[in-house]
Amino acid sequence: MTFWHILLGRLTWTSIAFVRTWRDPTISGIIGGGAAAVAVGGAVVVLALLTYLRAWRYLWTEWMTSLDHKKIGIMYMVVAGVMLTRALIEAVVMRTQQAIAINNQGIVAPAHFAELFTTHGTIMIFFVGMPLLIGLMNYVMPLQIGARDVAFPYMNSISLWLTIGGGIMLMASLVIGKFSTGGWSGYPPYTELAFNGGVGPDYWIWSVSLSSLGALMTGINFAVTVYKLRAPGMTWMRLPLFTWTTLCTSILMIFAVPPLTIATLLLAADRYLGMHFFTNDLGGNMMNFVNLFWLFGHPEVYILILPPFGVYSEVVSAYSSKELYGYTSLVIATMAIAILSFTVWLHHFFTMGQSAPINAFFGIATMLIGIPTGVKIYDWIWTMFWGEVRLNTAMLFSIGFMVTFVIGGMSGIILATPPVDYMVHNTLFLIAHFHNMLIPGMLFGVIAGYYYWFPKAFGFRLSETWGRRAFYCWFFGFYLAFMPLYVMGLGGVARRSQELFDPALRPWTLIAEFGALLLLTGLACIFIQLYVSIRERHSTRVPVGDPWDARGLEWSMSAPPPEYNFATIPQVSRRDAFYWRKKYDGAYQPADHYRDIELPKNSMCGILVGMGLTACFFGFVWHIWWLAFLGFAIALGTAITRSFMRDVKRIIPAEEVAAHDRRWLDRAAAARPISRHLELTPENEGLAKWQG
Amino acid sequence: MKISPSLRADFLTYLTGYGLAIVLTGISFAFVFYRLLAPEAVFAVILFLALIQIIVHLRCFLHISLKQSSRSDLQLILFSALIIALMVCGTLIVVLDQKARMM
Ligand code: HEM
Ligand SMILES: [Cu+2]
Repeated sequence: MTFWHILLGRLTWTSIAFVRTWRDPTISGIIGGGAAAVAVGGAVVVLALLTYLRAWRYLWTEWMTSLDHKKIGIMYMVVAGVMLTRALIEAVVMRTQQAIAINNQGIVAPAHFAELFTTHGTIMIFFVGMPLLIGLMNYVMPLQIGARDVAFPYMNSISLWLTIGGGIMLMASLVIGKFSTGGWSGYPPYTELAFNGGVGPDYWIWSVSLSSLGALMTGINFAVTVYKLRAPGMTWMRLPLFTWTTLCTSILMIFAVPPLTIATLLLAADRYLGMHFFTNDLGGNMMNFVNLFWLFGHPEVYILILPPFGVYSEVVSAYSSKELYGYTSLVIATMAIAILSFTVWLHHFFTMGQSAPINAFFGIATMLIGIPTGVKIYDWIWTMFWGEVRLNTAMLFSIGFMVTFVIGGMSGIILATPPVDYMVHNTLFLIAHFHNMLIPGMLFGVIAGYYYWFPKAFGFRLSETWGRRAFYCWFFGFYLAFMPLYVMGLGGVARRSQELFDPALRPWTLIAEFGALLLLTGLACIFIQLYVSIRERHSTRVPVGDPWDARGLEWSMSAPPPEYNFATIPQVSRRDAFYWRKKYDGAYQPADHYRDIELPKNSMCGILVGMGLTACFFGFVWHIWWLAFLGFAIALGTAITRSFMRDVKRIIPAEEVAAHDRRWLDRAAAARPISRHLELTPENEGLAKWQG
Repeated sequence: MKISPSLRADFLTYLTGYGLAIVLTGISFAFVFYRLLAPEAVFAVILFLALIQIIVHLRCFLHISLKQSSRSDLQLILFSALIIALMVCGTLIVVLDQKARMM
């Protein structure tokens, strides 16, 4: 044990991406080095900019240490946006590779290609899908149920920083070391020590563990919030649908994420402690990893898809100017999906050696999920029926979702038939299927929700022009990028192929390449939309807070909302509480009297615990044991110290609340109510004219 | 600081729970470490002790008793039991079914 070895563990010169590129200046090497340069450069530019703008103190006190669910939600979404950009660029590189590499090596070497699909998949699921939705739920759910914050604000901050820690690990893997080549599912025995001695699988294990710990805590947090912090009168059947889906997703997170954590930790035990849970010999059983992984993996796709279902329910109802059709059936369908999702996991490994009756059982169970999902689609269609539908960005995405998602559902039913699955499993047909579910089912929903709630969060609307452009890119980009994959998959092209061998595939790979570029353009449109909207914010402000003539409690306060959300906790007597208040002139009325409000103080404990564990896990990856120990000590020490702190609340005096509320009411009184067809004009100050 | 009787009772349940948890875990480890029984029998013993452990946790740490548990507590426990049963039984069925082909 030399000094350097103790200090740096397995880290050597050649772990650094730039050194590798220097020694191996092939195109593949240069792409890897380029990506590392972008990661380092991006970090340096951001840090420099923050220093130049003297924004550190502001960032620290207002954001990083904040326990406000609204700010935590926004931070989740920002992180997810960064990760989405990376994962989408990786997707384009993969598509480019498959477009070029027909009977030649193309631009990325086999191991590099394997890293690309592994990071793309891992990022999209754990660091794009989950944080986008957790961010949205964090922001919106407490506002919808009339709460001041989530049940455990400090735990919320820990979850955020654990997720960010996982993201940092993924970014670090671009620059130091390499990521796993074992796919997003990381199946052993390939990921065991015997076949994969490097740091790759360790990066995968520990970044996924960070994310899963964060998600578990978030699930507990949100479920308790919905159970315990609803405003008086907000009974179960009065909950907005987005809150229902948040609850079901949280329950899924509580039960489905632990199997993943267990699976990755047992794999870690194999790799670090010489255990044999999943090895081929000495009593290991790799099928149990597969089983545990999909016990998590299938509910996971519903974790990703249920909250967008909630978003669509809100968006379609608001922009159709109608009550949601079939509320009760939507609630039952959501619950049914949540429970059924625990009975189908085996469809991810039909071909891995069970007997036929078991496959048949899981195949049928899988098809059953189509029923509640179909119910939902009909409910949304009936909600639009005879409504005053405003076809803005969010509605376009919602309708685009309905059309596209049904196609993906159909291919899902096809895959659920075990004999058919034997033919197309592990082909691009499967890739087309699940992107067909996740892009409309998850990303479109997030974009629709982002457009819908953005004015509430920031006080001004998003640009409609750029929103539409984004929609056209995403919608047509999706079809162009993934329909060819159905064709190629049926033709037998294996997924995760670095090189193809049939020149007849070229037209399809080129169309898919074009589609992927269009999708990237769509993402660029989203960012341009944000930029343009910030620039034009003076003409799109909606301070009164109800720009869409919407129905839920989240629209009943100023935009952006005060940090305590509600000046007085509302009393709920019907579903769509704010709609009825508007109807009976109960909205925009001062309270009888205001009380002091207690809020959690900012705390740096969340960031310390999160970053401590991240450092610990990073130490594990590189076998830097002192760092692992130090990080763990910081995390544990902070957690213990925090539990002895008593002075963690602060009081907002009643006068201040009253003054803020009065200012807002004056603003509302001065605003001109506008009818719905003017809502995209500068006339819209966030006060809706009553139109029934 | 005066300690109220209810706080004292709370403290006692936690302490009992902690003690029981340690003893139950200790016994399990002892059975494995000293090879007190044949492996299959040890499996059975550990399974049994683990089930008791669950009850101890529910009773002493989560304060769930049959008498005063409210409806939502009961619903949650039943729901959790359902999901866990699905996952555990499902795993056993699947993995045992594959066993023949794993040899
Ligand atoms: C937005 C545009 C997207 C494009 C162009 C894209 C493209 C791709 C490509 C080319 C692959 C590799 C296919 C192969 O194995 O040959 C892939 C795999 C994958 N993608 Fe995407 N993807 C996109 C979005 C998403 C989203 C939103 C998610 C999930 C939330 C996702 C999750 C995955 C997963 C899990 C894999 C499998 C990785 C593996 O094989 O281990 N992708 N994607
Ligand atoms: Cu599934």
